[in-house]
Amino acid sequence: MAFEESIIQLKGMGKEFKTANGPVVALDNINLDIYRGEIFGIIGLSGAGKSTLVRCINMLEVPTSGQVIFEGQNLAAMSPAGQRKARQSMGMIFQQFNLLAQRNVLRNVCFPMEIAGTHTKAEAKERAMELLQLVGLEDRAKAYPAQLSGGQKQRVAIARAIATNPKVLLCDEATSALDPNTTKQILQLLKQINQDFGITVIVITHEMAVIEAICDRVAIIDHSQIAEVGKVADIFSEPKSKIGRQLILGDAVNNVKFDLARKFRITFDGRESMEPVLANMILASKVPVNILYASTRDIGGTAVGQMIVQFPEDEADAMRALNYLKSVKIPFEEVTGDDV
Amino acid sequence: MFSPQIMELIQNGIGETLYMVFISTAVSYLIGIPLGIILVVTDKDGIRPVPVLPQVLGILINLLRSIPFLILLIMMMPVTRKIVGTSLGWKAVVPPLVAAAAPYIARMVESSFKEIDAGVIEAAKSMGASTWQIVWKVLLPESRPSLLVGAAISTTTILGYSAMAGAVGGGGLGGIAINYGYYRYETDMMFLTVAILVIIVQIVQEVGMRLSRSSDKRIR
Repeated sequence: MAFEESIIQLKGMGKEFKTANGPVVALDNINLDIYRGEIFGIIGLSGAGKSTLVRCINMLEVPTSGQVIFEGQNLAAMSPAGQRKARQSMGMIFQQFNLLAQRNVLRNVCFPMEIAGTHTKAEAKERAMELLQLVGLEDRAKAYPAQLSGGQKQRVAIARAIATNPKVLLCDEATSALDPNTTKQILQLLKQINQDFGITVIVITHEMAVIEAICDRVAIIDHSQIAEVGKVADIFSEPKSKIGRQLILGDAVNNVKFDLARKFRITFDGRESMEPVLANMILASKVPVNILYASTRDIGGTAVGQMIVQFPEDEADAMRALNYLKSVKIPFEEVTGDDV
Repeated sequence: MFSPQIMELIQNGIGETLYMVFISTAVSYLIGIPLGIILVVTDKDGIRPVPVLPQVLGILINLLRSIPFLILLIMMMPVTRKIVGTSLGWKAVVPPLVAAAAPYIARMVESSFKEIDAGVIEAAKSMGASTWQIVWKVLLPESRPSLLVGAAISTTTILGYSAMAGAVGGGGLGGIAINYGYYRYETDMMFLTVAILVIIVQIVQEVGMRLSRSSDKRIR
């Protein structure tokens, strides 16, 4: 898939909160281009600012600096009425679903259409039923949210969020309150909506698995800033930022302790999966190595992974092996102590 | 046990009490609900924060609520006479009852609205809802069960206040209890009127709770 045209652009966007203990910077100089029709992931640890970031996109939080450009218009400079109008082109779903507890499922889905005033009552009901069919809940139209499971509630929320035919769907930790199985189903539904209706989906999450499962591109956010942005396959095969490595290569490595020095991480981006890289290196350099840790993941059909190997004490031996890796263009780096 | 005259007196007393409580509650809600809405909406964490206004309103409400009802009743007599033309009888109790109950109800309504999950309001905002739409389509319907409980509590409180008005010629069951039971030492009259008041409170409270429960879609 090729996405070129931007639907949302964040330019030098910042957000500062005033608190009793002075101003707190939640977002600092955020620059992002989100392309029409893609599924864009924003990942970060809690407190990194990702929830604020998504709320700045639809102006639930007003950025204190920079621009938010949606389809060529700067939302931050719009009147409140204009911002409300723009929000009708952006659906949003939440971790806690946020359905109206006193309305049944059908009337929940009708709700945004009532607000936008785009449909008559009968039209809204008809459209709501279609949407409930799409999310597989047409038989629960008369049920109330309290009678639904978490996954069902999120399906209703999705039907509600796309009722007014938005161009963008913002998902704020939409699967974080769900079990793994339900998460998979909800992510599948989001992907289907993205493909069938061409709705640009922006996913906020702290779970790598969510990004892996559906996103085309990802931005890693850390300490109020974007640490890195790129295609999911690229970032997963070779994360450049420290936080990226922490999130992707994971805690597993943290638990492995090495006593001796001269450890190197070799990263595979999928190209080499058919070549016996390590065996070739040993044969070419005549240096024995010790594999300390290895893991691979399947991302978008290609295997990416990493391996941590220990080289012999002898400087010359180690250099020969590393030179071989350099010559075949396999990325590697030295790992020390607790660094992962 | 009681003579027909007394039965008629009691009957009238019940009618007067119900009248003044019903009218006062209705008028108090007409004032209290908008006040409650303003308090919640203009709060600094509200849908549309306005500086100073909620604080000033809050102080005014607390002020009215801190005046003992009996004092308010007497203080308001000139105003009452202007509004209903008399300072005696059940009609004269309505203006002070409203003055006492409206701020109380404003607080009840405010707390009902504050029970609503902020996430639901945020969801409505994300759909582009205006402040009015949020009030009409989220705040009021979502807090309906809680508002009904509040209405039962408010009505019984107003009933209690209304009985107090008997001390200054307010009429109703409270008036009978004081005039016959207290001043004339007719203890059985006093017990009878108090028993009727107890029954009315029980009925109002029970009906309110049942309405609240049956309207609440969160349970089941």
